[in-house]
Amino acid sequence: MSLLKELTDKPIKHNPVFVLVLGLCPTLAVTTSVKNGVAMAAAATAVLVCANILISLIRRFIPNQIRIACYIVVIAGFVTMVEIAMKAIAPEAINMALGIFIPLIVVNCIILGRAEAFASKHGPLASLMDGLGIGVGFLLALVAISLVREVLGAGTLWGYRLTPVAVGHTTVIPQYVPMTVLGMAPGAFIVIGLLFGLFYWAGNRRRDAARLVAVPAVPQVARDFPKPKKTPAQRPSEPRPSEPRP
Amino acid sequence: MEVGYLELAVGSILISNVVLAKFLGLCPFFGVSRRTSDAVGMGLAVIFVMSIASAATALIYRHLLLPTNLEHTNLLGVLGLPVPEGGYVLILKTISFILVIAGLVQFVEMVLKKSAPALYRALGIYLPLITTNCAVMGMALLNTEAWRDPANGLPVHLATVNGFCGGVGFLLAMLLMSGIRQRLAERRVPKALQGLPIAFISAGLMALAFMGFTKLFGIAV
Repeated sequence: MSLLKELTDKPIKHNPVFVLVLGLCPTLAVTTSVKNGVAMAAAATAVLVCANILISLIRRFIPNQIRIACYIVVIAGFVTMVEIAMKAIAPEAINMALGIFIPLIVVNCIILGRAEAFASKHGPLASLMDGLGIGVGFLLALVAISLVREVLGAGTLWGYRLTPVAVGHTTVIPQYVPMTVLGMAPGAFIVIGLLFGLFYWAGNRRRDAARLVAVPAVPQVARDFPKPKKTPAQRPSEPRPSEPRP
Repeated sequence: MEVGYLELAVGSILISNVVLAKFLGLCPFFGVSRRTSDAVGMGLAVIFVMSIASAATALIYRHLLLPTNLEHTNLLGVLGLPVPEGGYVLILKTISFILVIAGLVQFVEMVLKKSAPALYRALGIYLPLITTNCAVMGMALLNTEAWRDPANGLPVHLATVNGFCGGVGFLLAMLLMSGIRQRLAERRVPKALQGLPIAFISAGLMALAFMGFTKLFGIAV
């Protein structure tokens, strides 16, 4: 039961990108198209699951002082395997697009973070579930970002053109002119910034809704309610649930 | 044709900035850019480590991993040890690079602690964070394939310069970002965009500005 909870809780509530704010570099770099995003998420998830299981199995034999070095060696081993496998399986175009970001999974803070925060304290089965859950969360985040960037930035989805190509000078539907900048570096920052905003906005709304439901249950109904704006929880200076860890 | 120093400098600092064009080192870029003093400390530490790491990894790449050819010799081959057809690049590149960088950071930390305590106090807290900073590892990987010669990678002296310039580009981006974030902290920002989202959007506008450097002096990266 709790194992299943590890799996179902992680993708949204502990989303690695939007909640934990980890693994930003590949998130921004490879999300030019949905295909690249899925390939990156698959590679990272494979490494994450394998590393989580192995680290959880050997967690009792790792001396505390050199644990980070041990994790890095384990992760590097799996990254090399995934690198070779990607060269064999994935199409050339995807390998070109992901480029140095496949070997860079080795310094991806999601994987090291899960090794340190979860796999070193839990059994292999729970670690497997944690790896899968976080991997699905990473996949969701990458797909969300790359969907916006590919559809608006290139007018394609999974490589297929969505809008009609002009034949001569007449098209039935006015032709869509892609916002090329979304496919380039600035677009990545701006799209992920706006999606972060959307995520926070939805989170704020849910919190406010929960508070409205919870208020009548409080015994001091007769007292004056403090104005919602003055409660410390609603001040804009409230610390964000997450800030990137260097 | 060999790449010139100035070409490398302009290319790595302005045209393909590590942070704003290559998306490397984003965690410290957003995590440590609240105060200018922190941003400068982190930037200097990255310059320092990135130069040394670029030199060390270029040395390993050209003289241990790649097979012998006209431009460089494989030291293992000289010693009479077997070197496979494509060298050891495919199997050992990632592992050897990360181990060298991790070891190097530890070593630099220990040396600084003993020999330059003042510098250690300034950079010390940032050094452990740099091991898992993808900018350093990313620069080491880029040195092996960038600049027109994917088969050989940059020679050691050019790789060192490239690492240094990449670090300078990182420092520049950090400085600009910390200035922007200090201004942002005093402004009214819509509630949902406070904190990280607005920082990302500002970084996007900065990246847009840096795109103006594309093809500067005719340098293609």
